[in-house]
Amino acid sequence: MEETIIFQLNGKQTELKIDPTQTLLWVLRNNLGLTGTKFGCGIGFCGSCTVLIDNEPVRSCSTTVGDVKGKNVVTIEGLSKDGELHPVQKAFVEHDALQCGFCTPGMIMNAAGLLIKNPAITREEIITGMEDNLCRCGAHVHIIDAVEAAAKEMKGGK
Amino acid sequence: MKNEKTKTHVSGKDKDRRGMERRDFFKLVGGGIIVFFLPRCTTESVPVAEPGKRSLPKDYNAFLKIDEDGTVHCYTGKIEQGQGIIISLVQIMADDLNVPMEKIKMVMGDTEICPWDGGTWGSLTIRSFGPNMRRAAAEAKGVLLELASNKLKVPASQLVVVDGVISDSNNPGKSVTYGELARGRKIDKYLDVKPEVEDYSKFTFIGKSFKRNDSKIKVTGEAKYTGDLKVPGMLFARILRPASLSGKLSSVDYSEAEKVPGTIVVRDGDLVGVLNENFVLADRALEKVKAEYTYDEIQVDNKTIFESMLKADSTADVETTAGDLEAGFKLCDKIVETEIHDPFLAHAFIETHSALAQFEKDKLTVWASSQTPYLLQDALANHFSMPLNKVRVIVPFVGGGFGGKSKNQQAMEAARLAKASGKPVMLIWTREDEFMYDNFHTAGVLKIKSGIDKEGLIKAWDYHAYFCGTRGSEIIYDMPNHKITSHDHKENTPRLHILDIGPWRAPNNNTNTLGRELQIDRLAVAAKMDPLEFRLKNLKDQRMIDTLKAAADLFGYVPSKKYPSGRGIGIALGTDVGTHVAEIAEIEVDKKTGRIKVKRIVCAQDMGLCVNPHGATMQLEGCITMALGYTFKEEMNFEGGVVKDLNFDTYEITRFSMVPKIESIILDRMDQPPHGGGEPAIIAVGAVIGNAFFDATGARMFQMPYTPERVLEALKKA
Ligand code: FES
Ligand code: FES
Repeated sequence: MEETIIFQLNGKQTELKIDPTQTLLWVLRNNLGLTGTKFGCGIGFCGSCTVLIDNEPVRSCSTTVGDVKGKNVVTIEGLSKDGELHPVQKAFVEHDALQCGFCTPGMIMNAAGLLIKNPAITREEIITGMEDNLCRCGAHVHIIDAVEAAAKEMKGGK
Repeated sequence: MKNEKTKTHVSGKDKDRRGMERRDFFKLVGGGIIVFFLPRCTTESVPVAEPGKRSLPKDYNAFLKIDEDGTVHCYTGKIEQGQGIIISLVQIMADDLNVPMEKIKMVMGDTEICPWDGGTWGSLTIRSFGPNMRRAAAEAKGVLLELASNKLKVPASQLVVVDGVISDSNNPGKSVTYGELARGRKIDKYLDVKPEVEDYSKFTFIGKSFKRNDSKIKVTGEAKYTGDLKVPGMLFARILRPASLSGKLSSVDYSEAEKVPGTIVVRDGDLVGVLNENFVLADRALEKVKAEYTYDEIQVDNKTIFESMLKADSTADVETTAGDLEAGFKLCDKIVETEIHDPFLAHAFIETHSALAQFEKDKLTVWASSQTPYLLQDALANHFSMPLNKVRVIVPFVGGGFGGKSKNQQAMEAARLAKASGKPVMLIWTREDEFMYDNFHTAGVLKIKSGIDKEGLIKAWDYHAYFCGTRGSEIIYDMPNHKITSHDHKENTPRLHILDIGPWRAPNNNTNTLGRELQIDRLAVAAKMDPLEFRLKNLKDQRMIDTLKAAADLFGYVPSKKYPSGRGIGIALGTDVGTHVAEIAEIEVDKKTGRIKVKRIVCAQDMGLCVNPHGATMQLEGCITMALGYTFKEEMNFEGGVVKDLNFDTYEITRFSMVPKIESIILDRMDQPPHGGGEPAIIAVGAVIGNAFFDATGARMFQMPYTPERVLEALKKA
């Protein structure tokens, strides 16, 4: 059964008439054209579909669109502000924290969520916090370096 | 637009290997100066006959186009799958054409406008394709100098080029830019005077480190991969799959599935696809399909496969042999025999195989995550009996390939469903599709018997590889009496490659380097020598010796009086695609839990000329990181044709906490031709950890991966 679902998406109020049991990942990708959020496994085990829901990193493949009713959803497309990259995005570019780039949006969203929760995050905590996001190309060391650098920059009040 | 033509060498044959008329090509790419280029040495580009039927075109092919604004478009059938050729090729072009790097635009993997290519695999791009591209650039520069010479009325020899501006060396004010020369023209040039390709050492960009140039669009989500594309009327497909690899469809009832709103079900022989504009609905409709299969019985599983491989009636091809093995063994003081088991592995790239297929009138366009767009174009043209020039394959960004995106099954499926339904079809394999139908790293067995004399010199080496090929088993140590034998599938015997197999990053070399280096280490023990000293004593390849010494220096390796030393330090080395690697690792073993922690890995690599040291280092680190999954976690579990690992819940790959400090050195070999960089560092990781485990505990493991259970078992036996 279709319902009207209203939520904040990348800072804009979004209204959909949709079956609330539809998977958020595919609603974002197909209905809303936001293809930055990637499909990797569909069961919550790779992290490539990570988005922020009320500032919390969540696997959109294991969330329904009904779950985000009234909530605030941010995808990789909504992370930069006024054309200015988010510190985590900037750090990924500076540290070349990617190769094929397919895991990248999920990595960045997960890291952004970690930094909101814990701005004084340590390297160890970054590793633990990123542990369930998979990257096959092996960009791991650069990813951790990038998140650490972003944390420093954000703490520096920028 | 003026139309000029000089030195036309096309022998009445107006169609090239894209199957396209040349004037159509102009229509597609527009005006400017286009340099058609005749590859001089086709073997350089396609060194092996497989996997295609075509070879690099014998007729002219466009490689470069210079626009009115001075932008240089470089067309290549190679694809970017994360390995960074998108930047290293730009470096090469910028140097050969004397233009700033920002002026070079790569156009990749579109069969309609890019010259034919054998595929992006085998780390061939820089070492084999590079030289051809460099000649194209040198030819282009020749054309530009000729045009400039006419325009400025200055002999070409007197002209110099800086940043895309050609000027008179005697009168620098007299100048013209590449863009100005291209303006208002449509020129096609065919040069076949062999141009001078300048020496790499004179270059500005080659040999310097550059970061990726595609990261900005990859961090914002803008970069488009196949699955991100959309065309009007496109339907998502889900495919009906059997529960076992041996399943053959006997009956299917999809009447319930068709009741899901918007669903179309199409069948083409064994292929049944459920199509819907909405991916989730396609998925739900698929669940409503009732199908029956017949299954062939397959006896083996992932545990018994190794024994079956040894017992099978297989071929025995001697690949290399020298000296006299029997006599060699007589000279030996000690003989060691080793048997190694290496399992099937998935490619497990995060982007699953994807393809979008669209028929429009008499034309088929397929966008696909593929390492081999031209092979796909051939396959599609064959399958649908269409002329080549009516089939276009385009490869957007690819989310990891590692050899696994070379067979294009998903693209064939998408195209067949598009044909059957009359709609554009997007097929994104599920992870479960991927883990059943990937073409896996093959399982294999090695049996090695070898011996040393009283001096600690290797006198005999009898090496047998079963079902896993011999890449990487080349003789790099001094082994006067040796024999390398490959045993493989014999016709009319049951298939033991239960899972479909294909190239997996440095295909087969992981297995062979693992085997050789564990065996060499065991010989060091037999000789009561430190493993570094034993290797240095027995190596004969000077590049390998230098590489090993570089690794030892970087590590700060101190030879030990006894081996195992208890320090947990291991050494391994090998060669792949012309590149030499040596690795030294330090580990810690938790004897209670069986867990191994890698503390440090040092890698030295001699890859000849290195175009982009930073990019090469990223590849090297990526290889080592990926290999940690292979070393500690990865193994495809199956029973008969039933694949048990269907997703990342049970098929584990490298995670952040497993990755140690990785230090590396790329040897300075600017005077040498470039070799491959996308694969070599992966080959030695299994052995380096295995040898470090022995150094820590005195125990050995001969089966991959080194899971805690296998560690505990090995410790018990030791
Ligand atoms: S696609 Fe959601 S976690 Fe893998
Ligand atoms: S960069 Fe390719 S999967 Fe992470």
